[in-house]
Amino acid sequence: MEQKYKTAPLRCWNKAKDIRMNIYQEIAEAKEKGKLLIGGGAESLIAIPSGFEHAMLVGEPYGAAIAYVYRENPELYMQIVEAAEHAGYPRDLCAYMRDYLGSLLLNKYIFGGPFPHLDFCLQAGFCDTHSKWYQIVSEIEKIPYFSLDLVPFDWEIAGESEKTKQLKRDYIVSQIHEAIEWMEKTSGRTFDDEKFIQGVMNECDSTSVWAKICIANRAIPAPLDEKTILSLYVLAVIGRPRQDVADFYKECLAEVEERVANEIAACPYETARIITDSQPPWFALDFFRLFESYGVVSVGAHYSFALSGGWEYDPVEKTWNAARTPRERGIEIKTRDDAAKVLADWWLSTGTVCRGVRHSGAGKIQRIMDMVDKWHVDGVVLHLNRGCEGTSMGQMEIMQALQKRGTPVMTFEGNHADPREYDEQRTFARIQSFMETMDLKQIYEFKKEK
Amino acid sequence: MIKDFVDIYQNRHAYAKEWKRKHPDSKVVGYMCSYLPEELFYAAGLLPVRILGSHEPQNVTEPYVFGMYCPFSRDVLAQGLQGRYDYIDAVATAYPCMHLGQAFDSWTIHVTQKYFYVDMPNRVQTPYAFPFLAGRLEETKREIEEWIGKEISASDLKTAIEVYNENRSLLRQIYELRKAEDVPLTGTECMHITTANLFMDKKDANKLLKDTIEKELSGRKAKTADDSRLMIVGSENDDIKFLEMVERFSAVIVNDDHCTGSRYFWNNVEMENGAIESIARRYLARPVCPQRDYPERLRLPHLLQMAKDWGAQGIIFLQQKFCDPHELDKVAILNFFKEQGIPTLYLELDVTVPLGQFRIRVEALLEQLREDDIW
Repeated sequence: MEQKYKTAPLRCWNKAKDIRMNIYQEIAEAKEKGKLLIGGGAESLIAIPSGFEHAMLVGEPYGAAIAYVYRENPELYMQIVEAAEHAGYPRDLCAYMRDYLGSLLLNKYIFGGPFPHLDFCLQAGFCDTHSKWYQIVSEIEKIPYFSLDLVPFDWEIAGESEKTKQLKRDYIVSQIHEAIEWMEKTSGRTFDDEKFIQGVMNECDSTSVWAKICIANRAIPAPLDEKTILSLYVLAVIGRPRQDVADFYKECLAEVEERVANEIAACPYETARIITDSQPPWFALDFFRLFESYGVVSVGAHYSFALSGGWEYDPVEKTWNAARTPRERGIEIKTRDDAAKVLADWWLSTGTVCRGVRHSGAGKIQRIMDMVDKWHVDGVVLHLNRGCEGTSMGQMEIMQALQKRGTPVMTFEGNHADPREYDEQRTFARIQSFMETMDLKQIYEFKKEK
Repeated sequence: MIKDFVDIYQNRHAYAKEWKRKHPDSKVVGYMCSYLPEELFYAAGLLPVRILGSHEPQNVTEPYVFGMYCPFSRDVLAQGLQGRYDYIDAVATAYPCMHLGQAFDSWTIHVTQKYFYVDMPNRVQTPYAFPFLAGRLEETKREIEEWIGKEISASDLKTAIEVYNENRSLLRQIYELRKAEDVPLTGTECMHITTANLFMDKKDANKLLKDTIEKELSGRKAKTADDSRLMIVGSENDDIKFLEMVERFSAVIVNDDHCTGSRYFWNNVEMENGAIESIARRYLARPVCPQRDYPERLRLPHLLQMAKDWGAQGIIFLQQKFCDPHELDKVAILNFFKEQGIPTLYLELDVTVPLGQFRIRVEALLEQLREDDIW
């Protein structure tokens, strides 16, 4: 007889949903409320425009929202994605970008009404698509464009020199100042340094606390399953410099820690634990429920932990902990330049998604192994994501390394934001075979969510 | 002479091994991206050798690289996994693109552990890219010095810059000759020269280039004014068989924008203050690859100018299948040339070239170019 854990819904769940919808509503209403409306990418320095009254349409989660629409309105999804293809953008390009461009070209905002027209694009690029994506958007919209070049640190295992690290910090700091001056000139508005400083502080708080939430999920039973994690992490993706998001994560952490203390589980059965890598197919998250019917809980992913999390490497223990915020380290941010330096260093030192895109090799393998150990993981599921080649970096090498180590690993090919490249039945069949290889039996019948 | 380049292209490994035999105290560094500042390595007495694929179907990379990464990156890694570059002592790259970055990472895990990685900035249009790259090149120089156990002197750097500048100037001279109505060498021959040059000690290459220009190309007519003049644009390209096929028609390739072609050598290092700074400026100012072409599109005027100066009547846009950077530029470039009234043909390259299918499409382009004659 399998052990059955107590479960309970998250109390902060509805608040998370409300914050997300408020952000998208603010985007739709930004112009009429006199705010700047800015377009840009998620895993960039979205705290930079905090010095303005603004709303920011962050591209990747918007693309994910479009992909999710496929579940309810496949015809609309097809209209959107085909609009991008009709304009000539090949199907193997970033699926988020294609969904976004289709929505823009069709002039359909996925949350209702016309596509909200942007004042300018502010992007920061570390993958091959980021900077070109918003170059294309700015050309279609005929709006100004600024893109920062983010050159990430290498993984700690590579032993990058302090001089190289400082060059990278200086390069980003210079570009942050350049971006602020450009935005002021472009918009004709004055940048408020106090608000910028607060945005940077919030960014550090949000991402550090998110890492703590992820760490709390090391507990057995896990207080959060990955499907829930994906609903929570997105707030940091779209609004980590915001006060409401920073406050929300503190509340969320308190609740998650309370669940750990009271052994309140995400799922009633937890026979085995897995982690995943890369974005999931957003329109088909049911595969997590199939795992759960075998008592297998996905407790996280390098992707969701890292995209929203600030992680600090411990060279002695060779592991990653929640990064200490400037406040926790006694660093005072008094000026624009202080804030720029903190923001640059935070992104470089505590971000691991960007490193995985530029330097997958031994470093990403080390991080995945660390997650396997620390989160008590029995198996790893790698989504070979045709829609995001950045997060697919290093995955086959990770598979090799896990196999060598004796950790069960399965792959499935798909696309996080293009359902035409995901075969659900085939994926389910692979999962069932994987469960058999892990000697796991189905505990209850799996039913697809409607 | 052109024949010598063909030999070296076909027997690149034999060339490098022979070089190593003649230079027993030196080392060979394989590299993956044309943004690598080769001068630094050459100044250290090393032989930088570009790692290219062999255009043969293979199945050795599947365990290490996601199947939808570009065929070129997989072909490159396959060369290492198959032991064809067993003579290299280190592998190097400037940040290339994600796919080639994966090939590089896997190469350092499975083939050659010693590596050099240069964080080449993408946003080459910002003035802040310069201090970053110059600083990063200083670091690379230090890393090379540590590896070889000796200092790279100012004089070594100056010599390397001079040799590389001469190499670039000679290649430019050959390209200038292609402006002629009766082109003295075919695109296929030129591709043999530019690609073989990537594997060679530039002192050897310069001698051979000079001989070719003076003794072979002078007064030569490989194609005539009746042939349609084409330019090729896109990602890495050493698809000799494709060019041979195109030029079997009444057509000639007169110029290119490929990282194995003109982008590799178009501009020289202009010696200003320090050698490292001058090298950094050269790599930031060179004709850009697509992923470094933002926020302004600098490629468009450059390509148009090349098309005009070399009298290209049509453009063949050739990119590796799944190559994101080039796909991201595809729409802008094709639309741009359409606005300019210059016909284009868009083709995706794989490890092997589907010559039959491509032949029909190339013929269609050539018919379009000659429509005045037809109608």
